[in-house]
Amino acid sequence: MVPRRPHRTGPPDIATQTEPTGTRRGAGFWRSHDQRVVAGVAGGLAERFGVEAAYVRACFVALTAAGGVGIFAYLLLWTAADQERAPDAVVRPARPLRDLGTLCILLGVMLVLRTIGFWLGDGVVWPVALVALGSSIIWSRNDDNQAWNRLASAATNAEAPGRTALVRLAAGGVLVVAGVALFLVGSDAITSSGGAIIAVVITGLGVGLILGPWMARQAQQLTEERRERIRSQERAEVAAHLHDSVLQTLAMIQRSDTPRRMVSLARSQERELRAWLYGADDQQADRLQPMFEDVAARIEQRYDLPVELVVVGDMLVDDQVRALAAASYEALQNAAQHSGADSVSMYVEVEPEHMTVFVRDEGKGFDPQALPGDRRGIAESIVGRMSRHDGGATIRSEAGSGTEIELQLPRE
Amino acid sequence: MIRVFLVDDHRLFLSGVKSELRVGFEVVGTASDVDTAIAGIRRTRPDVVLLDVHMPGGGGRTVIEAIGKERPDTQFLALSVSDAAEDVIAIVRAGARGYVTKSISPAELTDAIRRVHDGDAVFSPRLAGFVLDAFASDAIQPVDPELDQLTTREREVLRHIARGFTYKVIAQRLHISVKTVETHVSAVLRKLQLSNRHELTRWATDRRLV
Repeated sequence: MVPRRPHRTGPPDIATQTEPTGTRRGAGFWRSHDQRVVAGVAGGLAERFGVEAAYVRACFVALTAAGGVGIFAYLLLWTAADQERAPDAVVRPARPLRDLGTLCILLGVMLVLRTIGFWLGDGVVWPVALVALGSSIIWSRNDDNQAWNRLASAATNAEAPGRTALVRLAAGGVLVVAGVALFLVGSDAITSSGGAIIAVVITGLGVGLILGPWMARQAQQLTEERRERIRSQERAEVAAHLHDSVLQTLAMIQRSDTPRRMVSLARSQERELRAWLYGADDQQADRLQPMFEDVAARIEQRYDLPVELVVVGDMLVDDQVRALAAASYEALQNAAQHSGADSVSMYVEVEPEHMTVFVRDEGKGFDPQALPGDRRGIAESIVGRMSRHDGGATIRSEAGSGTEIELQLPRE
Repeated sequence: MIRVFLVDDHRLFLSGVKSELRVGFEVVGTASDVDTAIAGIRRTRPDVVLLDVHMPGGGGRTVIEAIGKERPDTQFLALSVSDAAEDVIAIVRAGARGYVTKSISPAELTDAIRRVHDGDAVFSPRLAGFVLDAFASDAIQPVDPELDQLTTREREVLRHIARGFTYKVIAQRLHISVKTVETHVSAVLRKLQLSNRHELTRWATDRRLV
């Protein structure tokens, strides 16, 4: 349908002879590579049936003239055709040439549509076409920039890729502006009552089309930069935290002289790091669990004594919980100072009616009936505190087999 | 001689455990990621697999899920620095017969491996606490009372484990045999693995699990 002879290197039957056998799929023909004007459909058909491609094209043009059937037939065959065969040494038409071909076809189609009356009017279609062409030149992100590069270097005498974009922008911009101007002049938009507004809107659209891609790219770049900045900030924060906590502790462990001190340092660091990693955040500050974790941590730090803590259940901190935590601290302190044990375990359970704490060590133990004077005070501060809060404390201990202090308080 | 396979991505820890298992154990292989672990366990057919919870390529859970069904004689014992509730419950539900933290003493570790090898469960105080927590509320009617509730005795045993007592002392205190303590713990393990208890699910979801 385009009166341009395809550039080709030989008679059609040569291609037919060299084609691979037994691999036909689809509609049984390939889109021709060396006889292409649009997509090689007509050329492919010609090769398939051994006729001159020009006849096939003539058929398509005739069919198109007869109500546009030809276009649809062509598109249909295009989708039905097999992938184009990889040619051995075919020089593909240079890109501008192909673009020009496509442009000519579109032009032809438009003229046909205009002739058969499927047309919105010269004043609308031509400007829109111009604008579309211009913006397609600007918006295209095709890497096949050679032609534009050549054009750019011809226009500016410089081989800079940056110029290409500029030349492209200029060429597209001129087309878009021309399209907008044509529309405004062609229609009576300017002279009609709301003319000024329409003119402004249309011009604005044109400017948007010209600057759109550039702005979109800028925005994308900005987002990427921001994301990168946030990422590096987070990295710096983590590094700072690890430096202040883990690295410092590791340094202290290397300088510490007793294994017990090392263990204690490692444990308190582990506790802190875990809290940081698993987000024991401020929201939980008024819960029972973190309060008892804090009690255990204070004992570990002060006495270098590992505290094995298990908490079952949780609740909001109230006066009862505070009293229980204080008494638990006393009990742990008691174990740390007098038991001589390597570690102490604390078990806390919150039940619907009451809370229970067990503090247990496997140290030397004592006879609760024969407490020495200085320990009576501690026992008093535990037992007395519990009974003041309507609860109780039981001390089970035997010389040589450890001590267990059980604390129980009713919930409010 | 118990044949042990070690799976851990920290080489320092691997060699440490290896030297602790010199007497009475044979370390038949080690692996530092999920894929080599699965291949190695298939090849060496160990009695007990000691595995870390967090590893490149999916963690200990993936290993258990891949191997557990095809080798029912192999027991798994999870070992980790992380004793976050979700890790503990997830690996036990995947099929591990126990969970201990890496701060465990060498004697306790060999004891735990033997116990797991005998088909018993190994509950650290932490794990006992998590299980008590998971099965805590009686407010909701259980779907399957056999699986969804702990008996008073089981609860009592778990409380003692959580308080830090050894199985032997628990047996003395509750006037039962050590074997009975082990039976109770194994029953709890089974419930933990099989129960679809609503509370357990909710508890798990609360901790970003399931």
